[in-house]
Amino acid sequence: MAVRVLADNQPETLLSIENIVKKFGDNTVLNDISLQVHKGEVIVIIGPSGCGKSTLLRCINALEPIQGGQIKLNGQTIDPNGKDLTELRQKVGMVFQSYDLFPHLSVIDNILLAPCKVQKRDRAQVKEEALALLARVGLQDKAESFPRELSGGQKQRVAIVRALCMHPEVLLFDEVTAALDPEMVREVLDVVLQLAAQGRTMLIVTHEMQFAKAIADRIIFLDGGKILEDAPPEQFFNHPQTERAQQFLNIFEFEVVKPHPAPQA
Amino acid sequence: MRLGLAGIAISILLGLLCAVAQYFKIPVLRQIVAVYIEISRNTPLLVQLFFIFYGLPKIGIQTDAVICGIIGLAFLGGSYMAEAFRSGLEAIPPIQTETALSLGMSKWQTMRYVVLPQALSVSVPGFMANIIFLLKETSVFSAISLMDLMFTAKDLMGLYHKTTECLFLLVVFYLLILLPVSLLGSLLERRLRHAGFGS
Ligand SMILES: Nc1ncnc2c1ncn2[C@@H]1O[C@H](COP(=O)(O)OP(=O)(O)OP(=O)(O)O)[C@@H](O)[C@H]1O
Ligand SMILES: [Mg+2]
Repeated sequence: MAVRVLADNQPETLLSIENIVKKFGDNTVLNDISLQVHKGEVIVIIGPSGCGKSTLLRCINALEPIQGGQIKLNGQTIDPNGKDLTELRQKVGMVFQSYDLFPHLSVIDNILLAPCKVQKRDRAQVKEEALALLARVGLQDKAESFPRELSGGQKQRVAIVRALCMHPEVLLFDEVTAALDPEMVREVLDVVLQLAAQGRTMLIVTHEMQFAKAIADRIIFLDGGKILEDAPPEQFFNHPQTERAQQFLNIFEFEVVKPHPAPQA
Repeated sequence: MRLGLAGIAISILLGLLCAVAQYFKIPVLRQIVAVYIEISRNTPLLVQLFFIFYGLPKIGIQTDAVICGIIGLAFLGGSYMAEAFRSGLEAIPPIQTETALSLGMSKWQTMRYVVLPQALSVSVPGFMANIIFLLKETSVFSAISLMDLMFTAKDLMGLYHKTTECLFLLVVFYLLILLPVSLLGSLLERRLRHAGFGS
């Protein structure tokens, strides 16, 4: 995997999550979470279902209001009621678990909508860029198709291209392969791996442990509203510090229940 | 017929505005819209016309019968259209809005480019039914009601010398009967919807 060396000078903090608290009514989902994301870093967030991974990403994009703490992008506070919210959101690309393409628009119109209407960029120019990106993810001949004509994996790749065309500074992926058949998982993950190799800053929520191992600079283990571990993948997977993380990792291990007899000579 | 078309056109606009206000949960506007929809749906057109015809001049707005008819139709139709649009808007999964917002679109752009185009196609049947309904209503009141209304009101005024009170009584009476029915209806609807999700 690509190793981004941040050692020599101070790493540049792109996204700074400071002591955020998120509650749904009485249910505290994120309890005093802090996280620094440096430029070019790939952070994979894992944890049991319902621990607040999606919520964390949604808070970063101000889709959920927070009850405490703050989130800063390039030092600028992301305020759900702020005037510059739409500008901040343009810098944060997000791809969701469920297919979120706009069904009434063709693939190319899905991609061009925000760059043209929000960023007021030249349509022909963005289109050129979009087609190049589509080609990179193997969908050059799908530009005029409609979402309903695509497979799940194809839709997710289009969603990624759509996010990329906004030129975001950080990408958020929320279980982008969770709804896919196994053979489609790979094609989408390969695209995400490509992005990592290009040095993109990303926060990725996934249940694909092998993928996490391959792509992450840091693994964040979230449980009970807290970050329990924050470590490089080798350390996290081989020597988890907490019992909760150990238990969680065990779920992905299977013991052999029917030992095969040694082959007879 | 011209009157009908004008009324319907305004009612479509009004309905759309109401539905959008409710969809975005715009604070004060949303409550006003909710009250308006209840009143408009639970009183008959005749009573509404009555109010407009005699109520507006009372607060200093002079109208003629045609304008009055258009306003009446728009007032009635607006709430029906709002409901049709609302059901269309509700049929669009929230993820669509969230995706649009996460791409940096404003609420307005989200509505215009993402939600409305999808919602309108869902709303079409309800929308057509409303137009037919309103056209029927038009023929009723353009032929008889306006004239009728004037006479009735004159009679009433002659009897009681208290038009405003009369009108209020009439509306209150209707609301008393119809509001509980409508509330029960929406309660049932909510129940059914939850039940639907559970399965
Ligand atoms: N809109 C909401 N209203 C109330 N509670 C919510 C809402 N969204 C999420 N929650 C609660 O917040 C908690 C965290 O949810 P979240 O979706 O962030 O979990 P997750 O870690 O992404 O889980 P999964 O791996 O299953 O996707 C859950 O207990 C959930 O019930
Ligand atoms: Mg989730």
